[in-house]
Amino acid sequence: MTDDGTTTDGATATAEEFENPVEGVFDDVERTPGVAKPDPILVAENVVRRFGGLTAVDVDKVQIQRGAITALIGPNGAGKTTFFNLLTGFDKPDSGHVELNGKSIDGVASHRLAAQGMVRTFQLTKALSRLTVLENMMLGAKDQAGENILKALVSPLWRSQETSVEESARALIERFKLTHMTDEYAGTLSGGQRKLVEMARALMTDPELVMLDEPMAGVNPALTQSLLGHVKQLRAEGRSVVFVEHDMDVVSDISDWVVVMAEGRIIAEGPPASIAENQTVVDAYLGSHHDSELTFDDDDQPDHGGDDADEGAAEEADSDDSEPEPSAAVDEAADEERGDDDE
Amino acid sequence: MEGVLLTVDGEGESTTDADGNWSVPVSGPGTYTVTLDAETLPEGVSLADADRASLEVLVEAGQAKTTLFALSSGAGGDDADDGSGITGRRVAQLTVEGLKQGLYLAMAAIGLSLIFGTTGLVNFAHAELVTWGQLMTFFFNYYGLAGLIGFLAPLPGPFGDGVNLIFAALLGMVMGGLMGYALDRGIFRGMRRSGVSLIAQMVITIGLSIVMRYVFLYFFGGNPRFFRDFAGQQAISIGPVEITPKDLVAMIISIIVLIIVGGLLQFTRMGKAMRAVADNRDLAESSGIDVQRVISIVWISGGALAALGGVFFGLDQIKWDFGFRILLLIFASVTLGGLGTAYGALVGALVVGVVINLSTIFIDVELKNMVALLVLVLILLFRPQGILGRAERVG
Amino acid sequence: MLAFDWDIILTQTFSQAFGTQAMVFALAAIGLNIHFGYTGLLNFGQVGFMAAGAYGVGMSVFWLDWGFWPGLPLGVFYCLALALILGIPTLRLRADYLAITTIAASESIRLFVRWRGNRDRTGAAEGINDFADPFYDLNTLFTRPGNRSYEFLFWEYRADDLWVMLIGWTTVVVLLLFTWQLMRSPWGRVLRAIREDEDAARALGKNAYSYKLQALAIGGVIGGIAGMLQAIDKQSVQPDTFNPIITFMIWTVLIVGGAGRVWSPVAGAMFFWGVISGLKAFMRELLDTNAEDELERFLNLSVINIDQVQFMIFGLTLMLFMRYRPQGFFGSREEMALDDR
Repeated sequence: MTDDGTTTDGATATAEEFENPVEGVFDDVERTPGVAKPDPILVAENVVRRFGGLTAVDVDKVQIQRGAITALIGPNGAGKTTFFNLLTGFDKPDSGHVELNGKSIDGVASHRLAAQGMVRTFQLTKALSRLTVLENMMLGAKDQAGENILKALVSPLWRSQETSVEESARALIERFKLTHMTDEYAGTLSGGQRKLVEMARALMTDPELVMLDEPMAGVNPALTQSLLGHVKQLRAEGRSVVFVEHDMDVVSDISDWVVVMAEGRIIAEGPPASIAENQTVVDAYLGSHHDSELTFDDDDQPDHGGDDADEGAAEEADSDDSEPEPSAAVDEAADEERGDDDE
Repeated sequence: MEGVLLTVDGEGESTTDADGNWSVPVSGPGTYTVTLDAETLPEGVSLADADRASLEVLVEAGQAKTTLFALSSGAGGDDADDGSGITGRRVAQLTVEGLKQGLYLAMAAIGLSLIFGTTGLVNFAHAELVTWGQLMTFFFNYYGLAGLIGFLAPLPGPFGDGVNLIFAALLGMVMGGLMGYALDRGIFRGMRRSGVSLIAQMVITIGLSIVMRYVFLYFFGGNPRFFRDFAGQQAISIGPVEITPKDLVAMIISIIVLIIVGGLLQFTRMGKAMRAVADNRDLAESSGIDVQRVISIVWISGGALAALGGVFFGLDQIKWDFGFRILLLIFASVTLGGLGTAYGALVGALVVGVVINLSTIFIDVELKNMVALLVLVLILLFRPQGILGRAERVG
Repeated sequence: MLAFDWDIILTQTFSQAFGTQAMVFALAAIGLNIHFGYTGLLNFGQVGFMAAGAYGVGMSVFWLDWGFWPGLPLGVFYCLALALILGIPTLRLRADYLAITTIAASESIRLFVRWRGNRDRTGAAEGINDFADPFYDLNTLFTRPGNRSYEFLFWEYRADDLWVMLIGWTTVVVLLLFTWQLMRSPWGRVLRAIREDEDAARALGKNAYSYKLQALAIGGVIGGIAGMLQAIDKQSVQPDTFNPIITFMIWTVLIVGGAGRVWSPVAGAMFFWGVISGLKAFMRELLDTNAEDELERFLNLSVINIDQVQFMIFGLTLMLFMRYRPQGFFGSREEMALDDR
């Protein structure tokens, strides 16, 4: 954790107040890929995903420590998003095994994972445009009686629960400083505000494990600080966080543990400081023609297999929905940052 | 009901095909007498009214006139007309019919699949491009270029009078390409640019399909018509299979055209660009491909191919809603083969053509198009990406 | 000088705006609104659900000999079965697969009931007639003998039609309340979330597939009810009345009214049906005048193809509204603008 007292931004100020409950947990953990953690919440073994002839993901073993902030980084096309989709049930591995809290979640449909305490966000922010911010939030609550078609017809069966859901939704809206937008359509929010809504909405499920897919992509620096604060607050509340990121500065600032992927494999693990010095990691990035240090948002990308597959998966998740690509102008800017110049 | 002899006084005679259809080309408008030879009716079937074995028919220019004979089946003769049994001959005949339909379908379907591949849009008005090609070819076949440029009318040959069907078909393809271009340029390009969602675009293609279809009906009329050339050909026998020469030629042309299309896709710059755009549009765009131009060319070639498919289908008859009638088959074809892939559309169309024709061995001919729906549902259940599609593109 | 009989035009406009056709379309559009307006499902085969409902009633009388009333639940059953057959294979996939399958299915249903092998079950091409007498026997409000005509200002209806309208519009109101209740409940919130982004809903633990299937079934049954009332009104079910064009007229009605709002299907149906009928009456009047020859010469317009012009207007309206005013005639621009971000 670096102290940047340079900004007077309120979000930064609050961010520093949060304690790190897992301070020191990783002291005795070896810095080798696939190493066992003292108390893993998520375990993946031999997870393989192929697209056509390309192997996008081939992870032998990785464990995610409970209560910590774990960053998943890697050069563009490393298969991070594909791996993320496999962990969250949005894609099925060709083979392999994933456990959440010691229970297998192989083949478990993505929507069931929320009930088991895992919730995810998306790289291309999925704010529900024609729902208000409040409705977006209320949607997140688990076990709503009124979500059953028959009970929905009889208001008294869900009225009181609705009131309490609304209360907690409003509390979260306030925590994320969106109170003035409560009754606005989410589609009118700025890109950064949508990221906030998406994160807050995920919290409505009261998750144990929060999976964030590039939460800081395409967000202005001030808001990035605010988002970091919220992520730290999640840890302070005892939740586990995994996030995909490409900006090393962000990673070293908040993560307790970093997992590095390249070409579909885990190539290194360790605390942020050790990763920056890790020769394998540096090679992986240098091999991809990055001239600067470990910032991965460059233009010049290597021509290796995983790239296509990663794109394909992102596209798939996108084409699934009822509002295809051209609509997401804001988010596409973020996407472009990852650089698609393969040829 | 097959093999019934019908005579048109002074014009010729014809026997009915498996569906009980027949046609006799006549020299021009006027009143004709059609006589049904009761001797040739299958056993157990007779004319409902023996006095009405001859009917007077008024035929207008360029129009098909349907003549119906009321028949009744005697005791025990029920459904004797369905043709029955699985004979090698029948299977061969149906397979060829299926391949024929499949080849024509493929030409109608490739454009749909390519447009989907490059733009993500399922064009529900694509069937109307098939009809459009048919109608335009009919129009040139009868009126020649004078139809477009009025003062040519007094001239003979290809200008004032009708033109040969082959030339007319080429003109029809040109018109098909033009229509494809016009639709993309006039309607869809603007929407892509202003980011109208694909869902909205799809609904718009539905509206477009209605407008086009009823404009066709408005100007073409509701009755089926026929091309001036090659109507009512006698089938020739090749081995166990009977086929009219025009269909044989059309099948050969289809195969050639499809091979050319495949070659163009595989080996030319534009073909590669099309596949690149279909594969990953952003990637293609950033590597310097002019995506809008590629999409334009996809629409043009899709429209032209659909038009040619329409002409070949139109060798049987031409109708204002023909395309819409085969829409189900087109969709079954592209889905079966894998939406978005050109080769998939080809393979899918051939499979659909053969399967639905062979299915008539077991089920009533009237229901054969429903088999295509069954194929569609089954493929979506078990392999939604289609035979040739890639798993990750389907969702 | 053109002398129009404005009285006929206005009578047509107002009578049709409240008439049985508008009612049937309003009902079918309420169903489609649940599909498309709230859940984002592209159902291009709503007429198939109408046919399922109508044939449920007809076949109950004609084939099964159960009589008229058991036909209503049978029709509902047919609709549910159809929704499952169409939904199970397609709703896990991208939106366009449902569109393709529904348009294909609705045409296949027409071919199937038309099939001569179904003569004893569906009446094949002739269909089934005069099966709804028990429905009309309940009519004690309007004098039936002679089926007399009732007139009021611009409105003019027959007694039988009035009875159908009374029951039908009541059904419309009930179903509007039903939709309203559902859509303000958490269940409706999930549907709207799925419309906006299915993955987001799934990530939050909502079983999008199941919700979409429920929405397809409910909207389909409402479409079936529309079909039943149409069959009752005409005292006939006939394959060719369930032409695919009906589906797209329903779409036009919904889009004109504005998808995704409770009252819009009704507003759209009454507004659009009134305008179209007025326009048709106007064209007929026009053809009655001495302009007839000119029209026929230059535009090929005659009494025969007025209906064709009507369909062109439907198609064109659908295109223009979807392109330039997707929020419908009565909606607010701001809300729909969000759709495209």
